[in-house]
Amino acid sequence: MRQLAIISGKGGCGKTTLTAAFSSLSENTVLADCDVDASDLPLILKPQVLKTEDCLGLELASIDLKLCTGCGICREICRFGAVLENFTINPYSCEGCAVCTVACPENAVSLMPRVSGQVISSITRFGPMAHAKLDTGEEASGKLVNMVRKRALELADRYSCKFILIDGPPGTGCPVMAAITGTDLVLVLSEPTVSGLHDLKRAIELTAHFRIPTVACINKYDINEKMSLEIEAFCREAGIPLLACLPYADITTEAMMEEETVIEYAAHSGDEEAVKFANIIRNLWAEIEIRLSDTSKKEMYPKILQSREP
Amino acid sequence: MKIAIASGKGGTGKTTVAVNFALALEDVQLFDCDVEEPNCNLFLGFELEPVEEVTCLFPEINPDKCTLCGNCADFCRYNALAALPKKILLFPSLCHGCGGCSFVCPVGAVEEKSRSIGIIEKASSDAPLKFFHGILNIGEAMATMVIKSLLRHIDESKPAIIDSPPGTACPVLAVLGFADYCVLVTESTPFGFHDFLLALKVAKALKVPVGVVLNRDGLGDSRVEDFCRDEGIPILLRIPNDRMIARLYSEGIPFVKEMPEWKEKFEDMFETIKALAFKSTGVQ
Ligand code: SF4
Ligand code: SF4
Ligand code: SF4
Ligand code: SF4
Repeated sequence: MRQLAIISGKGGCGKTTLTAAFSSLSENTVLADCDVDASDLPLILKPQVLKTEDCLGLELASIDLKLCTGCGICREICRFGAVLENFTINPYSCEGCAVCTVACPENAVSLMPRVSGQVISSITRFGPMAHAKLDTGEEASGKLVNMVRKRALELADRYSCKFILIDGPPGTGCPVMAAITGTDLVLVLSEPTVSGLHDLKRAIELTAHFRIPTVACINKYDINEKMSLEIEAFCREAGIPLLACLPYADITTEAMMEEETVIEYAAHSGDEEAVKFANIIRNLWAEIEIRLSDTSKKEMYPKILQSREP
Repeated sequence: MKIAIASGKGGTGKTTVAVNFALALEDVQLFDCDVEEPNCNLFLGFELEPVEEVTCLFPEINPDKCTLCGNCADFCRYNALAALPKKILLFPSLCHGCGGCSFVCPVGAVEEKSRSIGIIEKASSDAPLKFFHGILNIGEAMATMVIKSLLRHIDESKPAIIDSPPGTACPVLAVLGFADYCVLVTESTPFGFHDFLLALKVAKALKVPVGVVLNRDGLGDSRVEDFCRDEGIPILLRIPNDRMIARLYSEGIPFVKEMPEWKEKFEDMFETIKALAFKSTGVQ
């Protein structure tokens, strides 16, 4: 089984649009929507839920006010400022570290389990899918990402799938790390903007750090061709194959409004722009499929160029 | 007056709104709290100077004192310590710096040291805007700590515009819990609307009054507008789906600089927000 993660360093680059398009091109694939904070893939793929399971996040302290004498030790020792003045716990601050439970002389504090979200397995028109719903304000998204990936592996096993396609979370924080570790290939999607190049560099730092083979793709390359050339030059220097340049196209929104992938939309709309766009994605997927299937070329990690850009 | 600019997700134009809004007003401060990817200064181009190193405590175990009892590793809720037969091993990136291990060690073998997890920088004093941002080191997970340190630099006597991190988890709560008003930036598409609802839920949970900026207006449909009308959420500003704005953005130029008519629109938005924030505090 081979795993591809699609990331972008930042949200809103068209990652989900691209993942959805790939899902309608690839056969024998499990989808893993790891953007658990704001999971959008289900909006296009309309999954039929097979099973959901609670994900337990960090525990939460709870003070038994009948036992509490108000000595204030817990307030003093809690490094996260989670014990409020009236000796109740602020659930948004408590990290469940349990220090207060051992510090309290009256044994008035205990830890309670708390649910941070649900992991869901579904079936879509393009195959099985693992995704999740994170509860508002819950932080355990790295853990939830791990659970989604584990669920995707189980589904791939059960349905004998060849690939796992991971729609990655935005950013470069712990959910992204959880989404890319152990994958066989990362596709970084970039935009030709000043911030797009900056985000690309951050994302590459991460894949270089984890030594994962990386390829890139530019979305909306024609909104600023000068920047696109800069990104291309950066990729060359970093040793990352730039596999495709997608043009700016309103049809991505139109397809989204129809709850279709751009590939599906192109097939029936008869829109020339859509057909062209779909063909670029088709070629991109073909390139990726070759790289994913090839287990020999393991040494094309990106090079870290600059460690920190302003 | 602290105004958070937020959205359920990145890429909706949050940074664009924060930067242009701050540049359009006089005598405000701008704080970029998206510490994983601070992008504001790409548009501002200020010279930055470091003001604070954000640190997190982590345990160091003195092997001469340690009896290998394993209490510390048993206690740690984040599996940051592992008890091996001959040594206690620390995984620094998992440690939350809670101090529990030093508390439970019976022989005082745990000493706490601090390590840098990020940095706060500010624009030099000759910059036209008081600007601060924080950067979380790559590979570190404790974004909230950097954000909290950053917010401590706010000058309470002046309006502050805060570019929030994306998502609906802790980092956003740290910012929204602190704000007097929240501006949600969204587009009226299925993805945009879905992410907007998530962000709205966070703001509601924290009881922060909310207004909307519709970005790339003209794209998609009217679902956000219809929803806002039903819920009584004000639409503060519409930024059209305009190639000129997209082009300036791609070049890293704040559009208020090239399109002066927008200065007034942002000033009006500020007036509206002041009135609305006042009204909502008056009601409560
Ligand atoms: S340490 Fe225990 S007794 Fe003291 S204030 Fe906290 S909960 Fe109450
Ligand atoms: S469990 Fe930790 S974070 Fe939560 S209240 Fe107790 S000491 Fe604070
Ligand atoms: S400080 Fe807390 S999180 Fe870090 S190792 Fe010790 S017990 Fe674990
Ligand atoms: S609790 Fe103290 S003595 Fe026991 S293993 Fe940990 S450091 Fe060593």
